[in-house]
Amino acid sequence: MEEVAAWRTRLEGKVVSAMTHTGRGYLLLVGSLLVVVAWGVFAYTVQLRDGLIVTGLRDRIMWGFYISNFVFVIGISYGGVLMSAVLRLTGAEWRRPITRLAEGTAVAALCVGTLFPIIDLGRPDRFHFVLVHGRWQSPIVWDVIAISTYLVATFLYLFLLMIPDMALLRDRPGQGMSRWRRILYRQLSFGWVGGERQRRTLSQAGTMMAIAIIPIAVTVHTVLAWLFSMNLRENWNSTIFGPFFVAGAVFSGIATIIVIMAVVRKIYHLEDYITQKHFVYLGYLLGIFTLVMIYMNVAEFLTVGYSMVGEAPFHLDQLFKGQFAPLFWFVFLGGFVTPGLLVVMPWTRNIRGIVAAALIVIVAMGVERYYLVVSALRVPQMPYEPSVYTPSWVEFSVVVGAFALVGLLLALFVKVFPVISMWEMGETREAGNAAGGTGR
Amino acid sequence: MEDEDYQQHSGPQPTQGRRKVNRRSLLRLLGLGALGVAPLPILPSLLRATVGGGLVRSQNEAARAPNGRIRQWTMIIDLRHCDGCQSVGKPPQCTAACIEGHFVPEPMEWIQVFEGQLPGGGTQFIPTPCLQCQNPPCVNVCPVAATFSTPEGTVLIDQDRCIGCRICMAACPYDRRFFNWGTPPVPPEARLADYSPEHQVPARRGTVMKCDFCPDMARTGTLPYCVQGCPNRAIYYGDLEEDIATNGNEIVAASRFLAQNQAYRLKEELGTKPRVYYIPGHGEAVGRDPLTKGRLPTRWPWVERVGGARQWKR
Repeated sequence: MEEVAAWRTRLEGKVVSAMTHTGRGYLLLVGSLLVVVAWGVFAYTVQLRDGLIVTGLRDRIMWGFYISNFVFVIGISYGGVLMSAVLRLTGAEWRRPITRLAEGTAVAALCVGTLFPIIDLGRPDRFHFVLVHGRWQSPIVWDVIAISTYLVATFLYLFLLMIPDMALLRDRPGQGMSRWRRILYRQLSFGWVGGERQRRTLSQAGTMMAIAIIPIAVTVHTVLAWLFSMNLRENWNSTIFGPFFVAGAVFSGIATIIVIMAVVRKIYHLEDYITQKHFVYLGYLLGIFTLVMIYMNVAEFLTVGYSMVGEAPFHLDQLFKGQFAPLFWFVFLGGFVTPGLLVVMPWTRNIRGIVAAALIVIVAMGVERYYLVVSALRVPQMPYEPSVYTPSWVEFSVVVGAFALVGLLLALFVKVFPVISMWEMGETREAGNAAGGTGR
Repeated sequence: MEDEDYQQHSGPQPTQGRRKVNRRSLLRLLGLGALGVAPLPILPSLLRATVGGGLVRSQNEAARAPNGRIRQWTMIIDLRHCDGCQSVGKPPQCTAACIEGHFVPEPMEWIQVFEGQLPGGGTQFIPTPCLQCQNPPCVNVCPVAATFSTPEGTVLIDQDRCIGCRICMAACPYDRRFFNWGTPPVPPEARLADYSPEHQVPARRGTVMKCDFCPDMARTGTLPYCVQGCPNRAIYYGDLEEDIATNGNEIVAASRFLAQNQAYRLKEELGTKPRVYYIPGHGEAVGRDPLTKGRLPTRWPWVERVGGARQWKR
């Protein structure tokens, strides 16, 4: 018991000191993120002043970098939450230190991701029309509904499972707790005292939310794919698009979890808690999904390429040999095949190799979303020369600024909320001790 | 009273008090839930009432045929008479007339003359306005009903409603929608124009535009600019309800004209049901050789008159 108590105090101390003590490195990070965000905001004001003429978009390729990054960011974030829910339901003990950060990343990425479609609007001043004059028949309205559901679910999931930690911080005596923190933690702990009934209710609610997250994840990504596949375009107008987007989100979600796991392990020195074994397990899952992605690509392109109906020859040509070939083959060979090999080869089947595979996957999925959006729009609809599209400096700046904003929100998050779920960590330690083992 | 009922019928209580969901609290919960959900269907109308602005519609009443039924505007383009204005040595005159009449911003061509390939290496010219689909993909996807079908069978856009999301442009299989990427130039004479979805003048930045089929002109007995502008009289405009169409020179019975000349519609297989029909040809009726390719590029003379505007490319 004493050992448990000491371990717990040490962990709490580490987490809380990360919240209250601000080092130079942190300030430097926040400062540079602020500069990048400011640059993005400046670029957006240029766009507001002159209109979308400052982007590389034109009538024929009318969606580009903003929309592809919208899909990418939503995919990354929801994949993370989905994985955290699946790990919770399957009772994977080693999920305990990483779920909080996965959920925090999801919320931060989502808050920024929803900005992309608004940034992409020609008339952002009329955004509220979607609420006032919304039509149920439009895929954009489906998206608004799906994403707001997702937003609520993720917020609930995150803050529900933070209640005991909030109570812990509320009751924590001593220094470094300013007045606003005390008020915030008191509010967010919702009168938690840690009684038997409260614990049971929370555990039930957590399980329910974890179960609810899974169908929501599937539907959100399907609806996101329908934004494209409801249009009569080569490649988009395909029944595989929904499942394909869901698989892609899970794929990038596993990669996100691996990266987060590596970061938490490093910063909080949880080497004895998160071991190479856990990376290898997730690596295998990543490996399976590389096969799923390859399978879906083959299923789609072989069916379309065998019959060569309509504009398929043009589309496959630009994808395999033409303008988009470097991107496509980077994603296929670099993003699917290479990570698959990295996680099965004995000499790369270690933490370093698997984290490298995960990083490649994240980059590749960003690239994949880009060519999925742009290449279909490049297929000529009438007898005219195919257009070209290159994102302008404004688009690049706004997107980079948005990514910096995700980082900034996360940096603020770790200062206000404990980045590791302390109560869940304590729970596993107690359970492990009672069973006389060392935990799974 | 209710309480007693409850006591009598509910039998023994679960002893641990594990979850106190009895009928009363369940009913209360359901009632609150119903109260919470009830406003949802009327929420949009409430919002609309507070923010203002009702349903979009074309400005005027639908035109009616002599039998009292609503006219169904149609266009029949006789490709046998279209030579891409090669014979007059000018850019396509339907496009030019439309641009002058509507102050169409550069580089939009609401009616655009595409040059399609024929088997054997020749070409044909295909003047393409908005095809006014009866199952319009663009109307289906619009999130705010800014683009809508009218009783006359046309598809219009309300630029005061459009939010500029451009999903209609992604949806249109005919490349017939155009976006105001920058601030479009507005000539002095257009400032006096009375805007309506049937007469999209002046253009507004950040909104989508396209051919509106000129129903406002048709109601007054005037043919659309493109029909007037065609030197070869290749474009017929008319009403399927009264079964009549004219190119300004001769009047035809639309159904017979279509049936006798193997009329077709673009991308029929998509099921969009366009209101614009084509009669196959390559300008042979006006003496064009299908191997004589090319037409002169479209110009926007009124934009040059306004000046100082920042243009974009297609």
